[in-house]
Amino acid sequence: MGRSKLSQLWASVLINAIYSMENYPITLVNTFMAPLSILIIITLVSHGTLLSVGLSGALIMTMVTSGIGLQADLSHLKNDFKVQDMVVSSPTSAFMYMLGMAVSEVIFSLPAIIILTILAVLFIKVTIIGAIVIFAVMALMFSFSIALGFFLSTYSTDIVQNYAFMGILSIFLTTIPPVYYPITYIPLPYRYIAYLSPTTYAAEIIQSAIGYLQLSTLTLAVDWAVVIAVAAVLLTLSIKKSRWRES
Amino acid sequence: MKPGLVCKNLTKRYKNGPMALDNINISIPSKGIFALIGRNGAGKTTLTRILATELLPSSGTATINGIDVVNEAGRLREQIAILPQESRAVQWLTPRQSITSYLLYCGLSLREADSRVLPTLELLGIKKNENTLNRMLSGGVKRKVLIATVLASGSKVLFVDEPTTGLDPISRSELWTVLNKLKKDRFIFLTTHYLEEAERLADMIGIIDEGKLVALGTLNELRKIVKYGYSVRILQKGVSVRPRHGKLIVGENGFKQIITTEDEADRLAKRFIRDGTRFSMNPISLEDIFYYLVKKPIETGEVEEDEGGW
Ligand SMILES: Nc1ncnc2c1ncn2[C@@H]1O[C@H](COP(=O)(O)OP(=O)(O)OP(=O)(O)O)[C@@H](O)[C@H]1O
Ligand SMILES: [Mg+2]
Repeated sequence: MGRSKLSQLWASVLINAIYSMENYPITLVNTFMAPLSILIIITLVSHGTLLSVGLSGALIMTMVTSGIGLQADLSHLKNDFKVQDMVVSSPTSAFMYMLGMAVSEVIFSLPAIIILTILAVLFIKVTIIGAIVIFAVMALMFSFSIALGFFLSTYSTDIVQNYAFMGILSIFLTTIPPVYYPITYIPLPYRYIAYLSPTTYAAEIIQSAIGYLQLSTLTLAVDWAVVIAVAAVLLTLSIKKSRWRES
Repeated sequence: MKPGLVCKNLTKRYKNGPMALDNINISIPSKGIFALIGRNGAGKTTLTRILATELLPSSGTATINGIDVVNEAGRLREQIAILPQESRAVQWLTPRQSITSYLLYCGLSLREADSRVLPTLELLGIKKNENTLNRMLSGGVKRKVLIATVLASGSKVLFVDEPTTGLDPISRSELWTVLNKLKKDRFIFLTTHYLEEAERLADMIGIIDEGKLVALGTLNELRKIVKYGYSVRILQKGVSVRPRHGKLIVGENGFKQIITTEDEADRLAKRFIRDGTRFSMNPISLEDIFYYLVKKPIETGEVEEDEGGW
């Protein structure tokens, strides 16, 4: 019997995105409420001056939340329904399962991504290069958070733990760090704390791409290096060290 | 490649946990139904999960049709499907969607997956629930959705961990009919707490107790292990009895049971009739064998005398 890898990928997309959107449309509203609401607050509080920064922040948040969401979805399917047990015993590999689930999260976030992209095109003046930079950073942030989410989910034994992980991660990765506002707003000694979060580097790159921050070439190079390294390390970790088959 | 399920010195000790499997040795043909029975915590699920390539053993080896469950898991996964003990139908899917998505994980095309949905739902008598959300279905129907899901895979080796838990008696016997039909051209590894189920379905039965395989064979072979062919149950409490042969078992509820030879059973029966003691006498059943092997019996000779009247 010929086995199709595409089928295996599509299975995750159906279970985790298409079918759940089809059967529970309300879940869609939820995915763009969070980034949109912070964007609105930032824009109002800054009298519009931070609209473009806030928009890029919302894009980063959407990407990062996808991975965090993946973590909870996977744990739910694994621990509450034993779907993952059935998949482990099937021809689907850990990698195909993760890839399929990652795609499902993108599809789930599409409404948010589309709205934010339309707003970005309308309100941010950005060059083609700038657009490519933004896209690349978003893709890296997505890989980072998906890998992190997958890694954590294979270690969780209870969805309640995941809700805790989720809350903590989302605060440390998107709410507190200078994702929705420029890093220059943080007084100096504390600025270094912000650099503990990989999202800070991503935000710097995007804020510079939209012309909001002037960064030295060295700073930019460091930013890229960190964003790429973090994504690469987590992807490797998630493939090598995830607990797919239990021991 | 020799067909069969072979476990050699298979052992599993969970991290910071108990010895769940203790040196299991099995060698049986991989066809028909193998029923594994044992008390809660005996190690049934642990063994099932190791064989289904979900869990790694601590030591020992296992092969199914010559394929190693640890080193050749990828190849084995092409041929197996499992219904885990604690699996639940995903609430936000319909039975159709549940089956389709699982078949896609098995690598079937969407068209092939779709075409298998209705016949399988029909087989389990839940065709009318095809498009109802799983969360609206009754517990038993949800269970059937899961069973349908693994059956639809068409896998030649099926692991079903307590599939009939939660089914009403009629549904259960309907499922038995289905499994009996399916077992003709595949191997079904079944765990159950319904001994009648094992008796009716299984070609081979294994009894596991505290991680050790205490019996393995056909029902007839198991009967021979026990040596005694008859079971006498005393249906009232406080009766003192001292069988000459066989074993006396006192159930949790205080009722006594004697597993013994036909002659001894006759002798006891006559006495009980004379005394007006209520009792039943039957050829030995799987349940009796199970009690005999798993429940620590009171040996003859040191029979407890509880005259404490009732
Ligand atoms: N993940 C785990 N970690 C530690 N110990 C475990 C784990 N899973 C099972 N055990 C222990 O291993 C032993 C065997 O458990 P197992 O689930 O295999 O029993 P079982 O025969 O399937 O029982 P039941 O009839 O209740 O389903 C038990 O003592 C159980 O507590
Ligand atoms: Mg079990």
